[in-house]
Amino acid sequence: MKPGHGTLERMVPTVSVRPVAEPLAPQASGDPSSPVKVRASGLSFYYGATRALTAISLDIHANRVTAFIGPSGCGKSTFLRTLNRMNDIVPGARVEGRVEIDGADIYAPRTDVVALRRRVGMVFQKSNPFPKSIFENVAYGLRLNGLARSRHDLEGQVEASLRSAALWNEVKDRLHDSALALSGGQQQRLCIARALAIRPEVLLMDEPASALDPIATQHIEELVYELKRDYTIVIVTHNMQQAARVSDVTAFFWLGRLVETGPTAAMFTNPREKLTEDYVTGRFG
Amino acid sequence: MERQVPHFQEALELLKARLLEMGGLAEDRVRTAVRALVEADMATLDSVLVGDEAINRLHIEIDDRCVKLLALHQPVAVDLRAIVSAVKINTDLERVGDLAINIAEAAARYVQHPPVKELIDIPRMAVLAQDMLRDALDAFVRRDETLARRVLDQDDELDQLKTQVFQSLLEHMTRERETIEPALDLVLISRHLERIGDHATNIAEDVIFMISARDVRHHHDERT
Repeated sequence: MKPGHGTLERMVPTVSVRPVAEPLAPQASGDPSSPVKVRASGLSFYYGATRALTAISLDIHANRVTAFIGPSGCGKSTFLRTLNRMNDIVPGARVEGRVEIDGADIYAPRTDVVALRRRVGMVFQKSNPFPKSIFENVAYGLRLNGLARSRHDLEGQVEASLRSAALWNEVKDRLHDSALALSGGQQQRLCIARALAIRPEVLLMDEPASALDPIATQHIEELVYELKRDYTIVIVTHNMQQAARVSDVTAFFWLGRLVETGPTAAMFTNPREKLTEDYVTGRFG
Repeated sequence: MERQVPHFQEALELLKARLLEMGGLAEDRVRTAVRALVEADMATLDSVLVGDEAINRLHIEIDDRCVKLLALHQPVAVDLRAIVSAVKINTDLERVGDLAINIAEAAARYVQHPPVKELIDIPRMAVLAQDMLRDALDAFVRRDETLARRVLDQDDELDQLKTQVFQSLLEHMTRERETIEPALDLVLISRHLERIGDHATNIAEDVIFMISARDVRHHHDERT
């Protein structure tokens, strides 16, 4: 990291750590059993003059949970947002390198960004249900995208989405109550149901449980574990234990670089990089 | 898709199933070795001598499962004690597998000689040691402290039988010098069976630790 990078400079840990060689070799997740769904190649990202991500190369495999970990400001959320071009709306944002989904570059000029975000759904840290009924929260996207053929079909799809989000049993008798009356954990699962309703292929989750209590967190974690059967899931978490519990593959970011990625069990028992070991053992961060 | 059992609990159940499988294999090898001794069945003894690959594989697999569960789930309370116990039980079971080989080795030498005596107490010891092993593992799976404590009590009975075997063989050896070599192999076999009982006892102590967090080894806490 060169001097003068503003906020990123302050993230340097107080303990001495080995500098990361530049550029880092492309990283394999070590999971050849599942096809690559998302591939980032030499991806750098700038907020104006500030480089927030440096030459990230990472394969994300289908039907796996990939967790991004790293200290605050390491770039993990920024990288997540490059995967459905959520960063496009940031003034002065600039991307170098490629992100491919099923082999197609999502930053190609003719990309339909709205269609992209349908394929790559997102769940945020703070649950953000619409101020409507539980039913309408899920039905809204289905109607907007013309995905329901009839009222009966719409109801069936809303139920299926709520079931997928492990929420149906708790709300089936009050579908027309306000979503805002639900608990925080239920609201977050509703947001997941809403995201699932429009049948995305990839689900990006940005610290989806960080505002929840331990029981609600466990619900979300179990849900993530289940959803990978049908979706490719990428989860950003500042909670290392959560990454350990729910993910198949873990990627460790530091100062805008991808330091190491690999099967989660290996990352938490025998990481290759000293920097990863120092982070997962709590020696810095 | 709504599920009740967290996937950690499923992984823990799988770990227990693998330990049970390993216990079953170890017990079976002890039974086979002792039966082959009684029947002077050299072919079966040979099969015991070469057949511990499955146990060794499980030994490594179970340790690996334990390390991953500890690293990925940071278990606490009874779950933590269950995994720590599983690591120790795994070692005990692997040793039982090795002792089955030691029994088969001694038996293979013994059957080359005329029988020293009719084998009565050694098969009894084998049955008792297997029962202790099975009870200790059942206690682990069912979290049954009463059953675990019964295993501890049975160990004295096994020790007594071993002393009885030893004294009886000593008489034979004193009377007839040519029985010394085969009789020593029987002494060794009884010693191996007694050690299997000790491993079952270790497992039972680990089970009590898992259930109640009390360490009854070396009379550290009261046994009752």
